[in-house]
Amino acid sequence: MTYREAVRSALREILRTDARAFLMGEDVGAYGGSFACSKGLLEEFGPERVRDTPLAESTFLGAGIGAAMGGMRPIVEIMTVNFSLLALDQIVNNAATLRHMSGGQISVPLVVRMATGGGRQLAAQHSHSLEGWYAHVPGIRVAVPATPADARGMLLAAMREPDPVFLFEPAVLYPVEDEVDEAAGPADLRHALVRRAGRDLTLVAFGAALPKALAAADALAREDVSAEVVDVRVLRPLDLPTIAASVARTRRAIVVDEAWRTGGFAAEIAASLAEQVFYDLDAPIGRICGAEVPLPYPKHLEDAALPQAATIAAAARALMGRHG
Amino acid sequence: MLRIRRFEEKAAELYTQGKIRGFLHLCIGEEAVSVGTLAALSASDNVVSTYREHGHALARGVPMAALMAELFGKVTGCCRGRGGSMHFFDVGRRFYGGNAIVGGGLPLAVGLALADQMQQRAAITLCLFGDGAVAEGEFHEAMNLAALWRLPVLFLCENNLYAMGTHVARHQAQPDIARKADGYGVPAEAVNGMDLHAVETAVAAHGAAIRNGGGPRLIEARTYRFRAHSMYDPELYRTKAEVEQWKLRDPLPAFAATLRSAGRLDDAGFAALETEVAAEIAAAVAAAEAAAWEPLDGLVRDVYTADAPETTSCA
Ligand SMILES: Cc1ncc(C[n+]2csc(CCOP(=O)(O)OP(=O)(O)O)c2C)c(N)n1
Repeated sequence: MTYREAVRSALREILRTDARAFLMGEDVGAYGGSFACSKGLLEEFGPERVRDTPLAESTFLGAGIGAAMGGMRPIVEIMTVNFSLLALDQIVNNAATLRHMSGGQISVPLVVRMATGGGRQLAAQHSHSLEGWYAHVPGIRVAVPATPADARGMLLAAMREPDPVFLFEPAVLYPVEDEVDEAAGPADLRHALVRRAGRDLTLVAFGAALPKALAAADALAREDVSAEVVDVRVLRPLDLPTIAASVARTRRAIVVDEAWRTGGFAAEIAASLAEQVFYDLDAPIGRICGAEVPLPYPKHLEDAALPQAATIAAAARALMGRHG
Repeated sequence: MLRIRRFEEKAAELYTQGKIRGFLHLCIGEEAVSVGTLAALSASDNVVSTYREHGHALARGVPMAALMAELFGKVTGCCRGRGGSMHFFDVGRRFYGGNAIVGGGLPLAVGLALADQMQQRAAITLCLFGDGAVAEGEFHEAMNLAALWRLPVLFLCENNLYAMGTHVARHQAQPDIARKADGYGVPAEAVNGMDLHAVETAVAAHGAAIRNGGGPRLIEARTYRFRAHSMYDPELYRTKAEVEQWKLRDPLPAFAATLRSAGRLDDAGFAALETEVAAEIAAAVAAAEAAAWEPLDGLVRDVYTADAPETTSCA
C-alpha cells in the first residue's frame, strides 16, 4: 500500500479501537484530507470524530492540548509544517511545557501529524522541513516516518504515548508504495534503524532523504563501496547509540538532511558523533543538506536546493578518497 | 476576598524581602471577580486562568499553604515550586493554570470544553483573561470555534482597563469588549466587577445557560487593579488620583457593608475574620519557609512521563 494508505489504515484502526480518539484539522473531513489521508473516514466515523476545523492553527492545536488534558486522545492534523508556525506558541509554551511546569500534574497525550518537506514545486511557503526545529524542544517527541510501514506503525505507537508526539510526514512520500503488514501493531518509537547494512561508511538520513540515501547506497555498491544506511526515525529523544554504533563500525559518516545546513539538525547529529566516536573516525564527518535558500519553485532549482542521491553518492566517494 | 487581599499583601511584603522572586502580579482590587465567579461554579467545572491568578486559585479552594510554598519555589508548592507566581496548577481541583502567555489559555479552555462535550460530562469551562488578551488572535479564534461547536465555555474577561501600561482605549479599536461577542453570535454581558453579588449573579445565570446546552457566553467584568501591573512597574501611565478614585469602589469594604446592613457581620465578627486569615497566612509562610527545595536530581523530571510504555516491534 502507499504511504498515504498506511496513514489512513492507522487512523481507521485507531478510530475503531479507541473511543476517546478523534481526528481534527483543516479539511480532514468533507474534503478527505488535503493529502487524502483521511478520505472516507468522515463517512465511516461521522463529524464528531472526524472534525473539520476553521483555519485557526493556534486554537485548534491548543484545543487538542485541552482535549487531551480533558481525557480525550486527539489527533491533530496540520496541513503542512509551514502552517504549524501559527501554532508554535501552543506547541512550545503549552504542549511541551505543561507537564514540567505543573510539577508532573498534567499529561498531554496529543498526537500531531503534519506534512513536511519539498520536492513538489510548491515554492517556499509550502516546502520547508522544520522538524529539526521542533526537535530542539524538550517535552515533545518528534518522529519522521520514512516508509509506509513506519507511517502506520509510528502513528499507532504515538497513540500509546502519554506525552505529545509530533509526526512529520514527508509530503513527497505519500504516493510511495511498499509492503505493509496490517496485522503489525505499533512500531518502535524509540530507536533508529539500520535500513541497509554496509562496511565502508554510514549514511545517516531520515524522512524524504532516506530513499535518496538508499539510492545512493545502491549506486555506490556498483562501484564496490559498501554504504550502511541508518534511518534516524526519531529526532527527539534521539537514539544516538544506534547511529554511533554504526559509525564506529564503518568509521565514516555523512549526515543527510533536507533542511538547511546552518544551525540544522544534521549539525546536532554530527556534533554528537564527534563527541562519541571521534577516535573511531577515519575521515571528517560530512553533511549533505538543503541549500541556504527558501525553496524555489522551478524544478531544476528545487532539485538543486535539495540533497539528491547523486550528491550524496559523490560526497561518499570523496570521503572514501575516490574521485571521478 | 479578605483571604485574597491579605495573602497578596503578604506576598508583596515577602517580595520586598527577597523571599519571593520572579514576576509577581497582584489582583488587589479585583477580588470580587475571583470570589463572585468561582462561587458560582461547581467542583466539576474546569478553570483556565492567567498569570494574575492568586485570587482565582484561592477562590477555587487551592490550599493557601500550597500556593505560598509555590511562591517560595519549594517542593511542597502546588507545582513542586516549578511554576512560581504565574503558574499555579491544581489538576485535582480542575485548576489548569496559571498561564503567562497572554491569550494562550483560550484554546486550552476550548479543548477542555470539547473533551467534556464529547464525553457528555455536565461541566463548563471557565476561561479567565484580561482585556489585553482580547487583541490577540487567539481570542477571536477561540470565540469562533467555541461558538461554532457550541462548546460549554464561559469566557470571562477581567477588564481592569490596562494591559500593563496601555489603556484599553489605546489597544482596542472597539473598547466595549462585551460587544465583540456579537460578531460570533455569542450572548454577552458587561457587569460591575467591583460588586461581588453582581458578578456571582451573572456567572450563575450564564453558567446555567451554558449547562443547558446554550453554547459559550462572554462576561466582561469591569474592574480595576489598585496595585501596579507587577512589582517592577513604576506606574507612569496613570495618575494617583485615578487610582484613588477607584479605591472608593473597593469591593472589600463594600461587601462588608452589605453584610453589616443585612445583620450578618459586626465589628467583632470582622475582627475574628482578620485573626483567622492572619493565622492561616502565618502558618502558610512558616510552612513554606521550613519546606525543602526540589532535590537537584529532580531537575529534569516530568519533562516526559516516566512510565511511558516501551514499544517493541520494529518497522
Ligand atoms: C503573548 C504575550 N505578549 C506579551 C506579554 C507581556 N505581558 C504580560 S502581561 C501583559 C498585559 C496583559 O494585560 P491584560 O491581558 O489586560 O491582563 P492584566 O494584566 O490586566 O490582568 C503583557 C503585555 C505576554 N506575557 N504574553
